[in-house]
Amino acid sequence: MPRSEGLTVKNLRVTTAGKEILSGVDLSVPAGEVHALMGPNGSGKSTLAHTLMGHPAYTITSGSIHFAGQDITHLRADQRARLGIFLSFQYPVAVPGVTVVNFLRAAMRSQGKELPAREFMKALTAEMEKLKIDPAFRSRYLNDGFSGGEKKRCEILQMAMLKPRLAILDETDSGLDVDALRIVADGVSQLRNPDMGVLVITHYYRILEQLQPDYVHILHAGKIVASGEAELARTIEKSGYEPILGPEAASPEALPV
Amino acid sequence: MSIEAASLSKDYEYGFHDIDVSVFKTEKGLTEEVVRAISAHKNEPLWMLEYRLKALQHFRDRPMPTWGADLSGIDFDNIYYYIKPVDEQKRSWDDVPDSIKQTFDRLGIPQAERKFLAGVSAQYDSEVVYHSIREDLAKQGVFFSDCDSGLREHEELFRSYFGTIIPSNDNKFAALNSAVWSGGSFVYVPKGVRVEIPLQAYFRINSDNMGQFERTLIIAEEGSYVHYIEGCTAPNYSSDSLHSAVVEIVAHPGAHVRYTTIQNWSNNVYNLVTKRAMVYAHARMEWIDGNLGSKVTMKYPSIYLMGEGAHGEVLSAAFAGTGQHQDAGAKAIHVAPHTTSNIVSRSISKGSGRTSYRGHIKVHPKAFDVHINVRCDALLLDTESRSDTYPYMDVENPDVTIGHEASVSKVGEEQLFYMTSRGLSEEEATALIVNGFFEPFVKELPMEYAVELNRLLTASMEGSVG
Repeated sequence: MPRSEGLTVKNLRVTTAGKEILSGVDLSVPAGEVHALMGPNGSGKSTLAHTLMGHPAYTITSGSIHFAGQDITHLRADQRARLGIFLSFQYPVAVPGVTVVNFLRAAMRSQGKELPAREFMKALTAEMEKLKIDPAFRSRYLNDGFSGGEKKRCEILQMAMLKPRLAILDETDSGLDVDALRIVADGVSQLRNPDMGVLVITHYYRILEQLQPDYVHILHAGKIVASGEAELARTIEKSGYEPILGPEAASPEALPV
Repeated sequence: MSIEAASLSKDYEYGFHDIDVSVFKTEKGLTEEVVRAISAHKNEPLWMLEYRLKALQHFRDRPMPTWGADLSGIDFDNIYYYIKPVDEQKRSWDDVPDSIKQTFDRLGIPQAERKFLAGVSAQYDSEVVYHSIREDLAKQGVFFSDCDSGLREHEELFRSYFGTIIPSNDNKFAALNSAVWSGGSFVYVPKGVRVEIPLQAYFRINSDNMGQFERTLIIAEEGSYVHYIEGCTAPNYSSDSLHSAVVEIVAHPGAHVRYTTIQNWSNNVYNLVTKRAMVYAHARMEWIDGNLGSKVTMKYPSIYLMGEGAHGEVLSAAFAGTGQHQDAGAKAIHVAPHTTSNIVSRSISKGSGRTSYRGHIKVHPKAFDVHINVRCDALLLDTESRSDTYPYMDVENPDVTIGHEASVSKVGEEQLFYMTSRGLSEEEATALIVNGFFEPFVKELPMEYAVELNRLLTASMEGSVG
């Protein structure tokens, strides 16, 4: 029963700073599948990503999150990470003083995925090569002074090393030029496997073209209002959200660029 | 090297204390009789007794400094000013009494000795009880002894420098030290000699209400090099202790002196230290100063750049937990042209802990082409903790380049969320951040000290989150 292995979100309501952002989200991402989540700005996409990862600033007022057959609704972020959930941040945070290598080793150790030093360095070097990250970044401080594109590639590098069972990519494609986008998309594609579910949050069709999602969901005003196959994303690329959400959602900033 | 959250321990690790084995103790409180008794007990020459008595007068004349940390808890009448633990200095480890040896064992000193094979002198209360000098150091003409022996064995040399860098009337606590000083180290490095292995001394306070007033004098002749390391620990007692040291350093032309301190006094010690170096032409002085312990520390290692091309560095790290105030900093006094200084300070506050950076930059009218760089960064681990910066600048020559950068940052919710989202617990994440923040300091330490520092930090970090 593959569905119980993946992520199941039921009637999730979430508030932050006293305001309800998610108003009953239902979503399933089974292992082995790639799902895309699209929606206008302010629809709650990043809130959902942060809530799935366990950000303390987001309060779940009702509903549940299950992952790998467990109720994780009230688990802390580190506990969720150890179960195999990974969030690629839209805005990765700089940690001055902590090198990429030291951080990755500590993270892998915390998840019981520690490798002997030589094996670790070998794996890291190989992944960095694939993502075209300069080897000098190993000893750079995590995300400190990285460009936007470097940060995003570093997120995928962490994902590659941590080998999650659910990867949530929160606008990993935004701010990337065509080449960088291909590198990142290739990186994610190579990591695809039957045991890992992927939730791609994006405004753009471009990355979906490369990642070939099994399903596309549209989030609007805190609810999933439409779900469909990859075709749905192409419709939005061509005609915007208006045909799905109606004219009030089609303000200029809500349109994909 | 990293802080292992799992090994966090609750107790002050060096909080044991031994049975009091003292054989000579002055009365509590500071009187002329006490000063005379100290000097007589040491069989000092008359000039030193006179020096002490004059210093006592300076101490009495001076008001308590009120510009820095709160010192109102010091009761000068309730302190023993001199305790000598064994009747004579021991030459070999075998002769050291067992209870003292156990103390050293727990401090890891024999290991340190085996590792460094250099001179190790350990100060136990007021006197150095164990001291060894590797033979080839002696062959090179290097003197490394406790300060009392320095006075006894090299009186003329000693006298020509003693109190010339920090006069007894420099400040109230320098005056106090000058009146009752005991122990500390005397180092003399002849012209052109490089002491390749760090010289180490360990200090600790063992008796309740014990003041410790060690005196260190380091003379590096032309073109020589020496690295001196002190580490400090004190056991926990219920009443407050006072540590007031004076360290004088002379770096003659072309000499290079590095002085490393890891201060980990227990949290009832007032640590009020005056450290100053005279740096002559093309010489280089480096203070590497770590302050983790004590209740109150006031310490501003100073560099007087006296000759052209002289360079000074002060690299300091401070950690203040609940109830602690680390008021630390640096002074760079540029007297000569073409001189440079670099001051880097990193501090972390936790709980009600407070760190202050207090710096004084002075450029004399004749000092042109001067380059000064000051950088102080503070990290607050919670909303209760506090950090302040007090930079004073006094520049009397226009041909000066000064860079000054200061930052205060907080370990933020977003930083912790990012790190915990990779599987680290909040404690592990904070420890990584703390380690990373001190990294520029730690990488300047010899391996053994870097390990020790991280271990001490780990203990201090206990319970810092949640």
